[in-house]
Amino acid sequence: MKAVITVLGKDQIGILARVSGLCAEMGVNVEEVTQNILGGTFAMIMLVDVSKCTVEYPQLVKRLEESGREHGMDIHITRQELFEAMHRI
Amino acid sequence: MLNTNDILETIRMITDENLDVRTVTMGISLLDCADPDARKACEKIYRKITTRASRLVEVVDSISTNYGVPIVNKRISVTPIALLLAACPDADPVWFAKTLDAAAKQVGVNFIGGYSALVQKGFSAGDRALIESIPEALACTDFVCSSVNIGSTKAGINMDAVKMMGPVVRRAAELTADNNCLGAAKLVVFCNAVEDNPFMAGAFHGPGEADCCVHVGVSGPGAVRAALAKLPKDAPLQDVAELVKRIAFKITRMGQMVGELAARELNVPFGIVDLSLAPTPAIGDSVARVLEEMGLDHCGGFGTTAALALLNDAVKKGGVMASGSVGGLSGAFIPVSEDEGMIEAAELGTLTLNKLEAMTAVCSVGLDMIVIPGDTSPEIISAMIADEAAIGMVNSKTTAVRVIPAIGKKMGERLDFGGLLGYGPVMPVNTTSPAVFVNRGGRIPAPMQSLKN
Repeated sequence: MKAVITVLGKDQIGILARVSGLCAEMGVNVEEVTQNILGGTFAMIMLVDVSKCTVEYPQLVKRLEESGREHGMDIHITRQELFEAMHRI
Repeated sequence: MLNTNDILETIRMITDENLDVRTVTMGISLLDCADPDARKACEKIYRKITTRASRLVEVVDSISTNYGVPIVNKRISVTPIALLLAACPDADPVWFAKTLDAAAKQVGVNFIGGYSALVQKGFSAGDRALIESIPEALACTDFVCSSVNIGSTKAGINMDAVKMMGPVVRRAAELTADNNCLGAAKLVVFCNAVEDNPFMAGAFHGPGEADCCVHVGVSGPGAVRAALAKLPKDAPLQDVAELVKRIAFKITRMGQMVGELAARELNVPFGIVDLSLAPTPAIGDSVARVLEEMGLDHCGGFGTTAALALLNDAVKKGGVMASGSVGGLSGAFIPVSEDEGMIEAAELGTLTLNKLEAMTAVCSVGLDMIVIPGDTSPEIISAMIADEAAIGMVNSKTTAVRVIPAIGKKMGERLDFGGLLGYGPVMPVNTTSPAVFVNRGGRIPAPMQSLKN
């Protein structure tokens, strides 16, 4: 089961390490990462595999969102199928 | 990997532009619950609803969490109760309303629709009793919604029913006067009602529908407005229409996905996606603001009807390709109290009932969530219903009236329903008496448009 983690906010040191560390802690495998800075806003997108996730999915969502709030970032995790449904014909 | 911009666009639509799935509505047929003993019928109804919908809220919440899609409401629509009342015509219809309310509370949905009667061509057993009981049923329940279909292109307008509905709307407001006249906000009078509408208060599960299915109602005026804001002010209107289509496509795909997932998880057939732009009172979630973004100073001025026609049509064109089963009302809703931009325009006086009536000829439904003076006579409300029904009948579209007489209030005051139902100022109503016309009763014959065969 694939999901997409999006991290949006002000650029700061250690974002990638923090989010991927959290993923590793919960058995989420990071498969691809893309990031760029658009007008000072940091945008990182990670494609992850959550099939071996060690916590319940709602717990994963909560942990990521909380971590985002703690560091002033907007972190969302969304199943890949949503983007495929909306953007592919 | 997916395109970065597509991913960020989706996230932005959800987090900043209020994109959501407005409702997942389970339609449940109660035809097999009919019984000459009303007590037994109510038991069967309660059992069927609480069995069929036992996992509805849990499944939909789980889809919302897993896919990161806000799903605002979980609701149920049922067979028009008047059909069941036909089997036990001496029963008190309000028992059925209380049963529906209890079942809704048990399964955790926030509205249940179907306290309804379909009387477009005449009354059958149970219809009159149900209609007369509507004010009490809405006053003594929390989640029950009611609707009455009084006309159609095929059948014409049942003016006897129209005559009944003016006093019923008024009484529904009177009995709930201490609660912002909320009863009237849960009552819709339709012409050309659709059988698979997932949106409240007008949802019911038509007799032609499957035993049980799930419908989805999408929303997203905020996302449409945000996209239009990026378009140059001199872009021609075909470009505006094209952009609306593209956004509507994406929004509908999200609804289609949620509907398929919910149907699979609940092991029931997927009904329809209703691709409606349904506003909320939240800032940035307004249909009026979409019209203004097209280039109007305020909603309600000249140009509003044309802009709404463009919007309504483009939403359908974009959505129809995105879903295998489009249905319901599909278009743009214009409920005044549920739309921040409409509320402002009504308060400024730029949006009037006359203009709203014109808008209903091109939008998806009709006069919706409009607060009218508390002393508006029942005959005027009936005549308002007749006018709306005539627009629907002649144009082969759904129209409806959901007006709330603000009992004890006058112009300059407002009603505040709270939540998604919002708030609205009392709007002026033309008080010329239509009493003789309304009291004639009878039937307005079906128009030529009905003869299609």
